[in-house]
Amino acid sequence: MSVFVGHDTRLVVQGITGREGSFHTLRDRAYGTQVVAGVTPGKAGGDVEGIPVFDTVVDAVRETGANTSMIFVPPRFAAEAILEATDAGLGLVVCITEGIPVLDMARVHSYLKGSGTTLVGPNCPGVISPGRANVGIIPGEICAPGRVGLVSRSGTLVYQIVHELTQLGLGQSTCIGMGGDPVHGIGFVESLDAFQDDLDTDLIVMVGEIGGDDEERAADHIAGHVTKPVVGYIAGFEAPPGKRMGHAGAIVTGSKGTAAAKAEALEAAGVRVGRTPTQVAELVRAAAG
Amino acid sequence: MDLYEHQGKDVFRAQGIPTPRGIVATTPEEAADATRELGGRSVVKVQVQIGGRGKGGGVVLVDSPERAAEEAERLLRDGFKDMAVNRVLVEELLPIAKEWYTSFVLDRSTGDHLGMMTAEGGVDIEELARTRPEAIRRVHVDPMLELRMYHVRQLTATLPVEARERAADILRKLYAILGEQDATLVEVNPLVLLEDGTVVALDAKVTIDDNALFRHPELGSLRGGFPIDPVEARAKEAGLQYVKLDGDVGIIGNGAGLVMSTLDVVAQAGARAANFLDIGGGASVDTMSTSLEVILSDPAVKAVLINIFGGITRCDLVAQGILEALVRVEATVPIVVRLDGTNARLGREILRGAAHPRIVSATTMLEAAQEAADLANAGEAA
Repeated sequence: MSVFVGHDTRLVVQGITGREGSFHTLRDRAYGTQVVAGVTPGKAGGDVEGIPVFDTVVDAVRETGANTSMIFVPPRFAAEAILEATDAGLGLVVCITEGIPVLDMARVHSYLKGSGTTLVGPNCPGVISPGRANVGIIPGEICAPGRVGLVSRSGTLVYQIVHELTQLGLGQSTCIGMGGDPVHGIGFVESLDAFQDDLDTDLIVMVGEIGGDDEERAADHIAGHVTKPVVGYIAGFEAPPGKRMGHAGAIVTGSKGTAAAKAEALEAAGVRVGRTPTQVAELVRAAAG
Repeated sequence: MDLYEHQGKDVFRAQGIPTPRGIVATTPEEAADATRELGGRSVVKVQVQIGGRGKGGGVVLVDSPERAAEEAERLLRDGFKDMAVNRVLVEELLPIAKEWYTSFVLDRSTGDHLGMMTAEGGVDIEELARTRPEAIRRVHVDPMLELRMYHVRQLTATLPVEARERAADILRKLYAILGEQDATLVEVNPLVLLEDGTVVALDAKVTIDDNALFRHPELGSLRGGFPIDPVEARAKEAGLQYVKLDGDVGIIGNGAGLVMSTLDVVAQAGARAANFLDIGGGASVDTMSTSLEVILSDPAVKAVLINIFGGITRCDLVAQGILEALVRVEATVPIVVRLDGTNARLGREILRGAAHPRIVSATTMLEAAQEAADLANAGEAA
C-alpha cells in the first residue's frame, strides 16, 4: 500500500501537449506510472508517444477509466482545469502549475468542499510512491522504496531531504509535495492522517517553511491524532518579516508565521525538529532504530 | 504588491468610496503648494509600504504651507524607518466625529475572505485582537457566494444606527475590490464618521495578488515608481526571485525552500546571507549567468554560495552558466559551488575542466555552507 498514488493510479494529464507537460508525462510513464490519457482542447484524436489525447476530461475518463489527473495547464487557465477534473469525478487531482491567482484558488477551494475530489497543489512537485507510481516532477532516481512517509511545502526540499534519507538507506513509502501557495489542496493534516493509516509507513517527515499556520495546525493535530513518530524541518529562520521568499505563501506577516514559532509548536507536540536537512535524516535514522 | 496609500485611494475613488481631497507631492515646494490649495492647513503623510506611520512621525498635521514644506523636506530627506521616501500625500483636514476600523483579507488558513470591523478606531488591530478580541466583529465570506446583506449587517451592527447604511455601502464597495482588482487585502484604518454624518476612508491599504497582475496591467505598471535597491532592480529585470538581506554571503539556489534552507544553514555556519535568490526550476545557462552577475555586482558580497539540487534543473547547464558569467565579469570573491541531482557529475566535470581560480567545489550542502561562511569571514577580516 501507499498513499494517494500507486499501482491503481490511472493518470490523465491536462496540458499533455505542452513542453513541460509532455516531458514529465513521459518521464512518469517511464517510471512505471499507468498514463492512460491526455487532454488538450482542440487536439482530440492525436496522441503523445502513444498516449491518446482528448478534448475534455469527461471524454478521457469515459474512454480510458482515468481516476487521477495531473495538471500542467498555464496559470490563467489552471483553476478552470481543476474544476473540470473535479466535475469529471476524478478522485485525485495533482496540480503542478505555479502562479495561479489566489482568488481563483479560493473559489476552487470552496467548490472542492462539496466534492469527492482530493487536490494536491498547486505550485507543487507532485506525489511519488517509490517503485510504484510517480505523478509529478520529483526525480524518481533519488527515491528508494521504504517505510518513511514525507510531506513538504517546498519541492526542492523534498529532493534534498529524500536524497539524504536514501543515502542513509532509508527508503520512502510516499513523498508528497503539497505546494507553496497560500490557498492549496491537502495540507500537513490530511497527509499526516493518510500516513497514520498507511500500513506501509512507520515514520513521518514533515517539511515546512515560513508563512501561514499550516505547521501550527499540524502540531495540534499530531498531539491528538498521530501515534507514529514524526520528524520535522522548517525553512526560513533567516527570512525577514514582510518579504516574500520565492513561494507566494512564504512570508512572515507581522509577528505571524515565523520559523521559530513553527519549530516551537512542533516540538511542543513531541516532534523532533532537525535544524538542517542532514540532521533530519539523522533523526529519522535514530528513530527508525 | 502593496500599493501606496494614495494609489489605494485612487482604487477606492474609482469604486465610489469617499476619501479626503489629496495631492501627491515629490518636493517640499509641491507640498507647500498643495497645502495652499487645500486652504492653508493640511496633513502631510509619508508614502511607504509599511504600517506604523502615525506613531513613527510619518503623519503630521500642519497649519501653514511653510510647515508643510518643512515636514515634506524632512521625510523626503531622512526616509522613514530605513526606507527611502520619494513622495508624500498632502490631504485636507476633516472634522472627525468618530474613528472605526474595517478590512477584508484573503484568509489563507480558511481559504476564504475574512471581513473585520470594530467601532474602535485608530487602533493597532493586531494588539486589539490580542487583548480584546470580542471588540472586533468578524465574518467569513465564501468567495463563491460573495458578500451578502447578512454579512454586512453582522459587521456594521457595532456602529451607531444612523451611520450603518453609509458604512454598509462602503463595505460592499471594498469587497467588490477583492473580486474586481484581485486584492488580497483592503484595509481602512481609520474609517471615519464626520460631524456632518458622512463616512470617509481616511486611510487605504491595498495589496494586489502578484499572480493576478496579468489581469491588471494598469496596477502592475505602478510598481515602476517603487524605490528599490539597484541590485534588486537588476534581478527583477531579469525575472529572478530576489530579496536583499543584510549579510555578506551571496546565495544562489534552485527552489524557494532550498534557498531558504541554505540561508539558515549559512547562519548556523557563522555567517549571514547577503540575499535570497531563486533561479527557479529548469533554469537555462543564461538565467544562471545573469544570477551570478547580479550577485557579484553587490558590493556587500564577500563570498558566493551556489547550491543546486537538480530536478528539472540540469547541473551541466548551471556549470556552463557559471563559467559564462565569469567570462563577462571578473569575480573578486570566492564562489563555492555544490551541484547535486540531474547531470551533477557532468556539471562538476565542466567546472573541474575550467579550473577557474575563484571556484571552490563542495560535495554536500553542509560542507558548502561552512566553506562559504569561512571564506566570507576571512574576506571580512582581510
